[in-house]
Amino acid sequence: MSRPLSPVIVGAGPAGIRAAEALVAAGLRPVLIDEAARGGGQIYRQPPDGGFSRPKTALYGTEAAKADAVHRALDRIRDRVDYRPRTLVWNCESGALDLLRDGVTDTVPYGPLILATGATDRVLPFPGWTLPGVFTLGGSQVALKFQGCAIGRRVAFLGTGPLLYLVACQYLKAGVEVAGVFDTTPQSAQARALPGMLRDPVTLAKGLALVGWLRLHGVPVHHGIRPIAVEGEGRVRALRVRHRADEIAVDCDAVAFGLGLRSETQLADLAGCAFRFDPMDRAWLPVRDAAGRTSVPGLCIAGDGGGIAGADAAELAGERAALAALEDAGLPVDAARAAWLDRRLARVAAFRRALNAAFPFPQDWAATIPDDLMLCRCEGVSAGILRGVGQRGEAREINRAKALTRVGMGRCQGRVCGAAAVELLAGALGVGPGEVGRLRAQPPIKPLPIAATPVQEATP
Amino acid sequence: MALLQRVAEQGRPVVRFTLDGRPVEALEGDTILTAMLTNGDHLRRSEFADSPRAGFCLMGACQDCWVRTEEGDRLRACGTFIAEGMRLVSASEWTAADGEGQP
Amino acid sequence: MTERIHCDVAIVGGGIVGGSAALFLRQMGFSVTLMERDWCGAKASGVNFGGVRRQGRPLEQLPLSQRAHAIWGRLPELLGTDAEYIRSGHLKLARSDADLGSLIAYKERSAGFGLDLEIIAGDAFRRRFPALGDRAVGGSLCPEDGHANPRLVSPAFARAAAARGAILREQTPVDRVWRDGDRFVLVSGDALEVRARVLLNTAGAWSHRIAAAFDEPVPLESLHPNMAVTEPLPRFLDVNIGVEGGGVYGRQVPRGNMVVGGGRGFALDPDRARPQRDAVLTLMRDAAELFPQIAKAYVIRCWTGVEGYTPDRNPIIGPSRTTPNLFHAFGFSGAGFQIGPAVGEALAELVRDGRSTAPLDAFRIDRFPPTP
Repeated sequence: MSRPLSPVIVGAGPAGIRAAEALVAAGLRPVLIDEAARGGGQIYRQPPDGGFSRPKTALYGTEAAKADAVHRALDRIRDRVDYRPRTLVWNCESGALDLLRDGVTDTVPYGPLILATGATDRVLPFPGWTLPGVFTLGGSQVALKFQGCAIGRRVAFLGTGPLLYLVACQYLKAGVEVAGVFDTTPQSAQARALPGMLRDPVTLAKGLALVGWLRLHGVPVHHGIRPIAVEGEGRVRALRVRHRADEIAVDCDAVAFGLGLRSETQLADLAGCAFRFDPMDRAWLPVRDAAGRTSVPGLCIAGDGGGIAGADAAELAGERAALAALEDAGLPVDAARAAWLDRRLARVAAFRRALNAAFPFPQDWAATIPDDLMLCRCEGVSAGILRGVGQRGEAREINRAKALTRVGMGRCQGRVCGAAAVELLAGALGVGPGEVGRLRAQPPIKPLPIAATPVQEATP
Repeated sequence: MALLQRVAEQGRPVVRFTLDGRPVEALEGDTILTAMLTNGDHLRRSEFADSPRAGFCLMGACQDCWVRTEEGDRLRACGTFIAEGMRLVSASEWTAADGEGQP
Repeated sequence: MTERIHCDVAIVGGGIVGGSAALFLRQMGFSVTLMERDWCGAKASGVNFGGVRRQGRPLEQLPLSQRAHAIWGRLPELLGTDAEYIRSGHLKLARSDADLGSLIAYKERSAGFGLDLEIIAGDAFRRRFPALGDRAVGGSLCPEDGHANPRLVSPAFARAAAARGAILREQTPVDRVWRDGDRFVLVSGDALEVRARVLLNTAGAWSHRIAAAFDEPVPLESLHPNMAVTEPLPRFLDVNIGVEGGGVYGRQVPRGNMVVGGGRGFALDPDRARPQRDAVLTLMRDAAELFPQIAKAYVIRCWTGVEGYTPDRNPIIGPSRTTPNLFHAFGFSGAGFQIGPAVGEALAELVRDGRSTAPLDAFRIDRFPPTP
């Protein structure tokens, strides 16, 4: 009898690390693959090794204890996992993952597979969004946390979601001038969502404290705005927004921008998972049960890569997915622990619904994107080109639109423009965003060097 | 002028490299993105829009920070660390005859 | 409620052959309904390499290929777009003197067909194609061959047909097809019933199912050519490149991306295919060897498609041997893109005149022994 294949986890953020920890506790030795050099994911990203000295309280604020616990969890199990940092998974094919590390490719077959691929910022284009100095909110946080840098001297924060206020506060605390917080959500929406948010008073209090702290320091916070443009030649000089009938212009040399998060689902797609449209995330997501099991036997998804729920949920979901993997492999699991995790996850989901109501996606934005504005940063395709194929009836589906316009066909494979492209195409057709399909993943899911050497040739 | 501003962690050892032929300095542990944007205001030019780009997501998703070395190597600036003696290029390798800016 | 359409000609399959047949039939005044279960031009016609090449085809294909060449020259007039078609030349490389000999022999055999092939070797070759370095001893150039964007060309044929009055039904699989008296009946679920005097079977890799419905089983195999494209690079290559003896092929599009092909993907199911990891890695290595300019570049996307291959690698084109007014055109075996529009035109002639001015005898469906 052949030895069963090792469980493989993709992503060493809160979900992946907690999944690995649970598998190790059950006596298994999982493979843990991560694109970053150090564990923690984006939210608990650690500075590079050596030379960096800020304490975790400076890096993660109120979340320092959680970040530290996740980092320590990985440190504890490190010699009991096949940990592969700085490794890109570029393909999933026939029960094996294709890896790239230092220019060398390798293929790793998997038994149970847990995808914990996380999320990136969701964005919509607006005039000036490709100017140097406009970064995603997540990127702005990475600059500070990971590099000790601010994206500018005087930074405007634009978009919606809890991260908007969190990063603005982190910048302010780091001594950076915050030119203002420009939230697309009307204050009324946040007030309406308050009862639901009370399900998690701690998180709510933290959020309110952030806003209060910003105001205390004289940072203007505007609600219900829509961006008009980022001004500047070659770099950011000012941000102009519309607030009801007024126009607000603010001088700044950088803009941090994001509208919540979007899941990284390419590997789930290549692995053959069934997807469904999720109205809350306004995205097609892998079908999952409460434990994270997908339609593909043996494949679980944990954390934001399967739908946005945040770092706390990711930790719970990672452990839960690991228990599911153990259970499905016929190994004993602590049923009470699984049930406890399920209850906690259900609570987080309810809070997440309230949070989504408090920071709703600005559904009217896409319609205001000018036709001549660049939608696809990689291929330089304008919004009007995409709208045109919808309006002329040439494309009723997003992959068809991609084939005809090149939107989403470039280096990023639609990670940046995909959400906007779906909104624009749906808008041009007069249908909902769930009715135009989803961009199919294609290998390699990130650029692959032509010179990549297969491992058997690299190590004779 | 620099796009990124250092606000912490400035006690790291200095790393020397060149940017478009100009000798400049960064700190050990800087990504190429940080190294270039603390010495300039862009990383590359878009092949199709002839506009400067300085990255966007800083987490390996947007692919808008690919830069070149003088040796012709291509590096994703947000995920690659600066090393002593690197010779980085932000100027476009495209000429008008290459069809730059084609729709 | 079921939509019912009566028309002169029903076409199954909206690839470049079905789409161009619909266009030419409309120009002749026939009423046409085109049924496509995906989107028109989204399968092999839309995801192939994009080579628009006469050179290298078996001689029996060259009359059709020459007619296609003329149609490609009229794309803007026919389709309202040039679909990035350029007559860049197609250069077939010889990596050995023996291969060069084969190219010279082909030039002599094909002399009467008007390809204007030019054999270039030695120093003259290196001077003319410095980008190809010393990886070949010479090559055969067909100056008027070229390449185009298949994603744009193939849907445009169906669109042009629709603009001239053809009825297009996309996302409409043909579930059942039969002959009822002097009419063909095609049914798609509860949604659509088409009745037509003539039936064109242009369903690509799935055409054998239609043929089988009329007791004409054919040995058609699905294969999946493997393709990859690099990030945009400064222009170093204008000609479309093939290699004598096969292997790898490549073209650089005007935007700078290098499209390369070679090896095979694998089937996920009868309808879908994926690139295969080892084929991708082999393709990258072979392509970098042939084009050192891309050695430090990155591949940003790989893909494949589902293409029907016949045992002799020639297509099946012409009338059914079992059923009057049924015409087949499929099994292009990885080389249907260039000749597709001429095949569409020949089908239209068959419908109108009962015969085509292009010689089609080599493509008879009954040339294969019956499959069990």
